[in-house]
Amino acid sequence: MTTHSLEKKLLFTPSPSSPPPLEASGPIGWLRKNLFNSWFNSVLTILIVALLLKCIPPVISWAFIDAVWTGGPTACSPEGGACWAFIAAKFRILFVGTYPQDLIWRPMVAGILLVGMVAATVTEYVKNRYLILFWILLPLVALWLIGGGMGLTVVDQSMWGGLMLSLGLAAVGILISIPLGILFALGRQSSIISVRTLCIGFIELIRGVPLITILFMASVMMPLFLPQNLQINNLLRVQVGIILFSSAYIAEVVRGGLQAIPQGQIDAAKALGLNYWKITLLVVMPQALKHVLPSLIGRCIALFKDTSLVIIVGLLDFLGMAKAASQDQVWLGHDAECYIFCAAVYWCICFGMSRYGRSLERRGPQK
Amino acid sequence: MSSIADIKSQLPMLLAQTVVIGVILYCVLVLFHNTQANLHARNIASGFGFMSVEGGLPINDTLASYDSSASYGYAFFMGILNTLFVSILGIIFATILGVLVGCARVSSNWLVSRVATVYVEILRNIPLLLTLFFTYSVVLSSLPQPRESFVPLTNVFVNNRGAFLPRPEFHADMIWVCMAMLGAGILSWYLVRRSRKMRDETGRGFYAGWMSLALCIGLPGITYLLAPASLTFDYAELHGFNFKGGMILRPEFCALLIGLVLYTGAFIAENVRSGIQSVPVGQIDAARALGLKPRLVMSKVVLPQTLRVCIPATINDYTSLVKNSSLAVAIGYPDMVSVGGTIIGQNDQAIEIIGLWMAVYLTINLVISLGMNWFNAKVQMVER
Repeated sequence: MTTHSLEKKLLFTPSPSSPPPLEASGPIGWLRKNLFNSWFNSVLTILIVALLLKCIPPVISWAFIDAVWTGGPTACSPEGGACWAFIAAKFRILFVGTYPQDLIWRPMVAGILLVGMVAATVTEYVKNRYLILFWILLPLVALWLIGGGMGLTVVDQSMWGGLMLSLGLAAVGILISIPLGILFALGRQSSIISVRTLCIGFIELIRGVPLITILFMASVMMPLFLPQNLQINNLLRVQVGIILFSSAYIAEVVRGGLQAIPQGQIDAAKALGLNYWKITLLVVMPQALKHVLPSLIGRCIALFKDTSLVIIVGLLDFLGMAKAASQDQVWLGHDAECYIFCAAVYWCICFGMSRYGRSLERRGPQK
Repeated sequence: MSSIADIKSQLPMLLAQTVVIGVILYCVLVLFHNTQANLHARNIASGFGFMSVEGGLPINDTLASYDSSASYGYAFFMGILNTLFVSILGIIFATILGVLVGCARVSSNWLVSRVATVYVEILRNIPLLLTLFFTYSVVLSSLPQPRESFVPLTNVFVNNRGAFLPRPEFHADMIWVCMAMLGAGILSWYLVRRSRKMRDETGRGFYAGWMSLALCIGLPGITYLLAPASLTFDYAELHGFNFKGGMILRPEFCALLIGLVLYTGAFIAENVRSGIQSVPVGQIDAARALGLKPRLVMSKVVLPQTLRVCIPATINDYTSLVKNSSLAVAIGYPDMVSVGGTIIGQNDQAIEIIGLWMAVYLTINLVISLGMNWFNAKVQMVER
């Protein structure tokens, strides 16, 4: 016997480990671990499965299988499934309101620009500085496209409506209220007592009352405050109300960011001989804004949802158009389809924004 | 010498103060002048004199007795009561729902946590007003006619005119039951204190919680059995096409309450979830290793830390629930904003009504913030 074969014989070779038992690793194991890991969870699972089995099939057959996709008011029966033909018939009114049919390309171009901007932002195709510039330019271009003037036929504001109006109110509201909110946040920390008191008073007053009272104020009370010969239309007044409301909330968000900047940085900037505005613009603000970017996006979502309240002061935004459409005499009894469609659109926009905010949050403030 | 230097260094500040105050005063004066001119030109009265004028407002859903010959002031007061009523109920139910869903989101049961996530993500990303419209004009109007009412419990009827419940009527003997309740309350407070003190001193308490629960249910219960005439119920009955008697929760109220609870519940659930997830798993393991029972792990280790994280955010959700109750105006529930809006429509005195709205909402929110901040200070970690 050679040493080599002896070594081979003495060397310990473990037998291959047997696979885990099927009931602990396969689908059964997963079920046992995640659905039936205690008697309480088993009962819950069975209850929920029973509930889902009872609820989901009727909803699916209502929404898809029995649904009517094309046709006129007579094609839909109240006993049948969902009448998506109704949405198709009301599509234009839901999105652009009573905007003139032959000029419809203008809001469409504005919409395409908006989608392009969103895509460019999310994919980070455009650099930061240009991004901000484009986002400021976009509402101006959209306003020109939709409102007319400077070579385009003027379309009166009473014809603006639908999702276009909701997006417009929210976008203009956010873009103006962010700088305004930053000013209020700085004012809240100002060393000039009267400025500080004024800012605190304004922010707390606005945050303490519902948006509806602000909208009523803008719509009913503001004309009383203005000089008698100055008339501002309702849409602009409501927009001003939304901006004031939103800027108070944004001021609080920005304050959170300001408080996250260590005092040492400000001291260091002072030691370098920078003055207040240089410290604020070059040292404090860029960091503070990066800190609060996710919360700012949260405010954007909240503001977009809040624009639905303008229906109460008589503007027909997306939800307002949906409500008006559901009361159409020819197509009576399709409230459910209308509101579900409306909810789906709102949900896609808000959920998309919140996902984007979350991805920014995960990346953290350091860029 | 130094005082002159002081004044000199403060001079720019003083100048800024003066300029700011001057600008504000000027703006206020201009606004005041404009308003006076406008009010005069439009022939609108000012002041709160209208509050005692007979209003003739029809309000169909009030907590106290009301008829349309009441004054504007009384009608507005009914609106405030309705706002408070729906807000308080909303806060209670939203908290219950939020805590349940928040716990469900971190459940080890995959299905439960998925269902909770779907609920939270859907409700949070849809405007509350849309939820209200949907509940009011789709869910509640698809309920059956009064004749085919849905009867979940005996003498409770749910149909498209609202929910009809038995109305409790209190009689003179009720005072004894109330006194029994009060006595039970005081006694159980004493028991709990005593038990806590004993546990602090000797390390061993007694079952004060169970004892006081038995007291609080038993004592008033026995008193009621001894004096059954103290409380009777007025049951709703079907007369013709609708129900008469009993207590009615109208569809507008139900829709508002359901909408507020579902919406705010989703936000509170997120607070609860982040609160629970903020407790490191190691702490729970450590508590178990020390031999604490699961109930004690929950009540002494997890819950106090969860509360610390989720209370500040929940204060905000409560105040926004109160503010959101103003959406009642969109579905026709006569809350403060809805009644006030009708008054503005009749006499154009917008400044007074909007001022009152703001004052009431600010007061309610101040009370909530003060109360919750007190509670928050109690549960925050005492650093020794």
